[in-house]
Amino acid sequence: MKITEKLALDAFKNDKETHIHIDQKICQNCKERFCIYACPANLYSLNEKGEMGVEFTGCLECGTCQIACIYGSVKWKYPRNGFGVQYRFG
Amino acid sequence: MEKVDVIIVGGGLAGLSCAYELADSGMTVIVLERGDFSGSKNVTGGRIYLNSIRDYLPDLWKEAPLERHVTKEILTLLGETNSTTLELYSDRLNRTPYPSYTILRAKFDRWFADLVSEKGVFVIPQKTVDDLIKDGEKVIGIRAGDEEIGADCIVAADGILSFMAEKTGLRQPFKPEHFALGFKEVIELDSKTIEDRFRLGENEGAAQLFVGSLTKGMMGGGFLYTNLDSLSLGIVVGIRSLNLKEPREEVYKLLDEFKERSEIKNLIRGGNVVEYSAHLISEGGIHIKPKLYGDGILVVGDAAGFGLNMLVTVRGMEYAMASGVLAGRTIKKAKEKNDFSASSLSEYEKLLNESFVIKEMNTFKNSLSILENERLFSKYPKAISDLFEKVMWVDEHPKEGLYKTICEGLKKEFLNFQTFKDWLEFRKM
Repeated sequence: MKITEKLALDAFKNDKETHIHIDQKICQNCKERFCIYACPANLYSLNEKGEMGVEFTGCLECGTCQIACIYGSVKWKYPRNGFGVQYRFG
Repeated sequence: MEKVDVIIVGGGLAGLSCAYELADSGMTVIVLERGDFSGSKNVTGGRIYLNSIRDYLPDLWKEAPLERHVTKEILTLLGETNSTTLELYSDRLNRTPYPSYTILRAKFDRWFADLVSEKGVFVIPQKTVDDLIKDGEKVIGIRAGDEEIGADCIVAADGILSFMAEKTGLRQPFKPEHFALGFKEVIELDSKTIEDRFRLGENEGAAQLFVGSLTKGMMGGGFLYTNLDSLSLGIVVGIRSLNLKEPREEVYKLLDEFKERSEIKNLIRGGNVVEYSAHLISEGGIHIKPKLYGDGILVVGDAAGFGLNMLVTVRGMEYAMASGVLAGRTIKKAKEKNDFSASSLSEYEKLLNESFVIKEMNTFKNSLSILENERLFSKYPKAISDLFEKVMWVDEHPKEGLYKTICEGLKKEFLNFQTFKDWLEFRKM
């Protein structure tokens, strides 16, 4: 089962605004790319320009990226009222 | 600014337990929950141990929508291609009041919030608190979008990332070594199949933990809990361990590989995955305990980092509930004196220190450094399974004496200085 298929099983209410902010200046100097390996939803990837991107709409709201990124590039807050993942089992 | 007596930020177990304790106090209490309903943002492995919290919340459990009471504790040591399983059944686990249950939080927390609401507490969903309002050092209210609400006391029950504790400077900055990531699938399977596969009586449950090659040497392990008509199957990995892993490992793939193991495949066969979830786990224990109170504020549950990894038991929910109740008791006392200053609220820390919460966290203060030992997660589970396999193996060659096989195996893998040192360390647990 692909990770995208797993995420498709979850109930999401997606905001237009992202709740995860990335500081490209910090990311430019990062070699390890901790976020890519740590995100359980596989939402982080580099674009063609070599910039780090995150698909915030599939976020499981665990906050792991913020802690794994020891350089402090990932600024994370909770999605706005009522948005984001809504677990039915938990 | 409108004002109430108490605002509880976060409608999870800690926040709702606090609200429950305050429900009959005559105070106006509101719980602000950011999800659509309580439980909709919450995740556990999970199982809950009731014995330690029964005295704190004696009337809660009769009607509570828990899953199965755990009668079987299973520990599986995974090698690369083999595994050894230890299974404990005990009548003691199967006697009422049952000591432990499997649990699904979306179901349980939602029920708990309804119960608290019936008792007169306002649980308001879809309300994300953005900021605290302060008057000097004193916390006097919260801001949620355009709304401002004042209160004598704010309870930060906003979970492991606690932005509230961060904003008041009560919490330390996060470090990867103090947190683990837990992620899991809920796999639907009918109850008869679950009971047959795990050899359980009606409503009986199994809790299975896996240590070894599934985490590829990283600190962590796997878990499988039987719910009423689903399985919770997941993995926990320490974040520092994951950061340092070479070659690099995309963490989400571990679960797919785990599911391909024969040991798991046959247990989940025919099941439908219905949800995928993830959550952080606090593993810092006493080392990351924030300041638990300030002028007009208390910190409870995950927000206070109350969690412990004791290798075979992972705890958190009981600490959340007990700390919530103790915060509630503290607030009641503060109300009698009409004094919500830090010195008045320091009663909370006193109560916690006397409770199992801080006592256990002190007892297990070394668990983190012991768990950082990679051999626990790679070498030992593999060595035990390899030796067991050797003992059981029969082929075309004349079999060597069992005693000789065992002695040689032990000598090779365990009778060395490294293992001796590990053993000395382990005694601190």
